[in-house]
Amino acid sequence: MKLTALQQQSRRSNSFRGSSPLDSSMDGAIKSPVTIFWLVLHGLCCLISLVLGFRFSRLVFFLLFSNTSNTMTSNNLYSTSSFGNPSEPLAFQSTLGAVTSTSTSLPAMNLTTAAASGTSSSRVVVGRHGILIRPWPHPNPAEVMMAHRLIERVQREQRMQYGVKNPRAVIAITPTYVRTFQTLHLTGVMHSLMNVPYDLVWIVVEAGAVTNETASLLAKSGLTTIHVEYGKKMPILWEDRHKLEAKMRLHALRLVREKKLDGIVIFADDSNMLSMELFDEIQNVNQFGAVSVGILAHSGGDGEDETAVVQKEEEKNSGLPVQGPACNSSNHLVGWQTFNSATFMERSARYVGDRAIVLPRKMEWAGFVLNSRLVWRDAEDKPDWVRDLDEVAADEEDVESPLSFVKDASVVEPLGSCGRKVMIWWLRVEARADSKFPAGWVINPPLDVTVPAKRTPWPDAPPELPLPAGEMAVVLQENAEKHATKTRSTRKRRSKRKHATRTIDERVSTRHAGEN
Amino acid sequence: MRNWRWGLIGIVFLAFVIRTEAWKFSKAQHEHTERISGSAGDVLEDDPVGRLKVFVYELPSKYNKKILQKDPRCLTHMFAAEIYMHRFLLSSPVRTLNPEEADWFYTPVYTTCDLTPNGLPLPFKSPRMMRSAIQLISSNWPYWNRTEGADHFFIVPHDFGACFHYQEEKAIERGILPLLQRATLVQTFGQRNHVCLKDGSITIPPYAPPQKMQAHLIPPNTPRSIFVYFRGLFYDVGNDPEGGYYARGARASVWENFKDNPLFDISTEHPTTYYEDMQRAIFCLCPLGWAPWSPRLVEAVIFGCIPVIIADDIVLPFADAIPWEEIGVFVAEKDVPKLDTILTSIPTEVILRKQRLLANPSMKQAMLFPQPAQSRDAFHQILNGLARKLPHDRSTFLKPGEKILNWTAGPVGDLKPW
Repeated sequence: MKLTALQQQSRRSNSFRGSSPLDSSMDGAIKSPVTIFWLVLHGLCCLISLVLGFRFSRLVFFLLFSNTSNTMTSNNLYSTSSFGNPSEPLAFQSTLGAVTSTSTSLPAMNLTTAAASGTSSSRVVVGRHGILIRPWPHPNPAEVMMAHRLIERVQREQRMQYGVKNPRAVIAITPTYVRTFQTLHLTGVMHSLMNVPYDLVWIVVEAGAVTNETASLLAKSGLTTIHVEYGKKMPILWEDRHKLEAKMRLHALRLVREKKLDGIVIFADDSNMLSMELFDEIQNVNQFGAVSVGILAHSGGDGEDETAVVQKEEEKNSGLPVQGPACNSSNHLVGWQTFNSATFMERSARYVGDRAIVLPRKMEWAGFVLNSRLVWRDAEDKPDWVRDLDEVAADEEDVESPLSFVKDASVVEPLGSCGRKVMIWWLRVEARADSKFPAGWVINPPLDVTVPAKRTPWPDAPPELPLPAGEMAVVLQENAEKHATKTRSTRKRRSKRKHATRTIDERVSTRHAGEN
Repeated sequence: MRNWRWGLIGIVFLAFVIRTEAWKFSKAQHEHTERISGSAGDVLEDDPVGRLKVFVYELPSKYNKKILQKDPRCLTHMFAAEIYMHRFLLSSPVRTLNPEEADWFYTPVYTTCDLTPNGLPLPFKSPRMMRSAIQLISSNWPYWNRTEGADHFFIVPHDFGACFHYQEEKAIERGILPLLQRATLVQTFGQRNHVCLKDGSITIPPYAPPQKMQAHLIPPNTPRSIFVYFRGLFYDVGNDPEGGYYARGARASVWENFKDNPLFDISTEHPTTYYEDMQRAIFCLCPLGWAPWSPRLVEAVIFGCIPVIIADDIVLPFADAIPWEEIGVFVAEKDVPKLDTILTSIPTEVILRKQRLLANPSMKQAMLFPQPAQSRDAFHQILNGLARKLPHDRSTFLKPGEKILNWTAGPVGDLKPW
C-alpha cells in the first residue's frame, strides 16, 4: 500500500505539476521480504488492472475509505475520482477550517490551502476535487423541449430585429389540373408555402372543373386558399399548355383585383421549387421585381445516346440555365439573361407526357413578382408605367410574361443581389402519356395479386406451394365486384388444376392473374 | 391672473413634451440594445482625458523593447495587454512629461514575455525583473519613495497576477510580490478572497486580437441555432493525468454529464469556424481552467453569445463598470451537473434582455484592445478605473523617513539581481 502511494507521489512529481518532495528512501533497492512482497502484490494488481481495463485500486480505496469521503459529494452525486492516497481525505476535512500554517506539514500533499496566509481563507479549495456526475447523465426530454422553445423565441426576436420590418402578405398563384403528377407537384409547393413565415393567400386555378381531388389536397395545407376553376380543359401540346396557363394566371389576377387582395403576388407554378430565402427576398419589392430562375431542362431525358449528345450540346452552349435580370457593375438593370434553348429545340417535348425535355419559354412567369396594387382597378399611387389588366389580356392573344404589363422594362427591380442568387427553379415533369393512376392515389378496389406473398417475390422462381395461389384467387373473388369475367376464369382454373400437373398449372394461373 | 394662466399652460405643454420624449426614449430601449450601468454608475462611456495624468517612467530597453525583440510572439498571445498599454500611454493625451503634476505613475516592464517554445510564459524570472525595475525607479526618481508605490500602477496580466506563478498552490504560497503591496495592480486574474487579488486592483479582460475577430463576423440575422457551445479541453492529460485538479473538476464534470446531450455542442476539436459558431450560439460556456479567467469571455461578449461563467468567486473585468450578473449566467461549480436544468429554466425575457445588453456596442468596445486605441475601449476603461480611484487619500503619501515596505521579504531566489 505504502509502496504504491510512494510510487504515485514520485509519478506526480515527475510530471509538470509535481511539487512534492521525493522520498529518497525509494531509490535504494532494498531486497527485504517485505519489499518483495509489495512488489509482487503491485505486479499482481497491475495485471488485474490490465485485464479489467482500469485502475481498480482506486475503487478499492474509495470503497474502503468512503466513510471519510469529502464533503464535495452530495447525496445525489457520485465522484469518479477517488483518492489514491489514504491520507488525503483527512487533509480535506482539515482545510475546511481556517488553517493558517505557512508550511505544509503533510508529506507529498498537493493540497496546500493550509498555506493560505493571514487573511480570510478562500472558500474555494485548491487541490484535487471530485468530478461530479449526476446519477443519470442524459438529456431530459422536457428540458430539451424548453430549450427548443427558447431557441425559437430567440430566432423570432432576431427576425424581428434584423429581418424584414413590416412584412407584407404573399399571394401565390398556381395554375393546376388533375393528372398523375399533380399530387407530387402540388405537395411540394404546398409544403413550401406552409413554411412561409408571412401571411399567405394561395390562389389555385384549376383547368377544367373544380375537382375533389385537388380540393382534398388543398384542404390538408391549412392555408388560406382560393380554389377557382377555369373553364377549358388542359391541352396536350406543351405550346398550348403554356398559353392556357398564362390565361389562368390572368384569371387569378382578375380575382386579386376583384377581392382587392393586398400583398406581393408571386407565380408559384405547381412543378417549380421555391426556396425560403425567396420569400424573404421578395419582401423587398416595391412595385415590380424580377428574380433569377434556374431552369432544370434536362428532365425526362432517356437513353444513353441522348444524354451523351446533350452533354456535348451543353459544352457548346456554355450559357447558364438561368432566366433573370442582368445587371451592370453598379447594380442597375441593363438587360435580361435567358436560357439558350435553341440547341435543344429539335429534341424538345411536344406533348405532355412525351419523354423528351420540356423547354421553358423566353421569360417564365415564375421569375416575376408584383405588388398586388398594380392590378387593382383604381389605386391612388399606381405608377403610370403599368398597363391595365384587361387591356393587356385583350391586346395579346398570348401573354408570355408579366413584362407585358410594364410599358418600360427599366422600372423592373432586380432582386436577389441583382439576379446573382437563384432562389427558384423551373421544371416541367409529367408522367408518360400512357400512364394511369388511381383517383386520389387511393387504391380501391385492391390490386390483383401478381405474386403470392408466401414465397420470394421473383416470378421466375418455380412455385413450391400449390394451394396459396388458389386461395388468393378465392379471396379476390369475394372482394372484386367488377371482375366478373375473372371469377369465371379462376373457377375454371381451379377445376383444371385437378387434372393437370401442378407446376404448369401454377405458372398458367399466376400469369393469367397477373394479366388481369 | 393672466400670467398665472399662461404659466399653467406652459407647464402642461412642457409636461406633454417631456412625456413624448420619454416615450420615444423608452421605445428606443426596445430596439437592439440597452444601456449598461454597473455599480459605479453609467461609467462605460466616460472619457478619462482631463480626469487624470499619468507619468511613464523611461526604463532602459532591457525591460521592455529588448524582451519584445527577442520574442515577438508576445504581441499576439493573451497577455499582450501589457505591451499595448505601454504603447497606448506613450501617445495618449493623459500622459504628462512632468512628474510633479502626475496622479499616477506607470512602469513599463514586460514581465510576461519570457516564453517557452510552445508560447507559454515562464514566470520564474518575473519577480526578479519587477524588483529590479522598482529598484531602478526608486533610486532614479523620488516618486516611489514618496509613497512607496501607492500612486504607481503595474500591469501584471499573467495567470495569477503579481503572485508570478502558473500553479495555484505555488502562487498562493508566494503571495503578491511584497514590493507591490501598496501599488495598484492591473491584472486579468480576479477571484474573491484570494491572496493574489488585493483590494483596489483593476481587473481587465485578457487580450484577444480585435482584427481577427472582426474578420469572422457573420450577418446578424443568421439564426442562433446552437443552444450551448464550448470548445476546449475537459481533461488536461499532460499536466493533470489523474484528473480532478484541472478546473477543479468542473470541465470534466461538464463533459461527463453533457457529452451526449444534443443541446450541448461541446468538444475538444478546434474548428476553423470557431468564431462563426459562437455567433450562432445562444450560450457559450466560460468555465475556469488552471486559472479562473479565460479569453472565452471576451469572445462571447464580442459575438453576442451569453457567457455561462463556471468559476466560483471569480471577479470579472471592470466589475464596477459592467453589471456582469445582468449580462452573463453564473453557475456554481457544484451545480454543473444541473447545468441543463438551470439554462432551460431561465425565463425568455431575461435571455432576450441579456442579448440586448450584449448587443450594446460600448460593451463590446470595453472588452477590446484595438490598435490604434479607440474611444471607450479597454485602455480607456483602465484609465477610467484609475480615475475613479482619485483623489488619493492621505495614507498614500508617507511622512518623510517613514518606511512600510520590506525590501528583503519574499523567497530568497527573488532577491537575486536580474
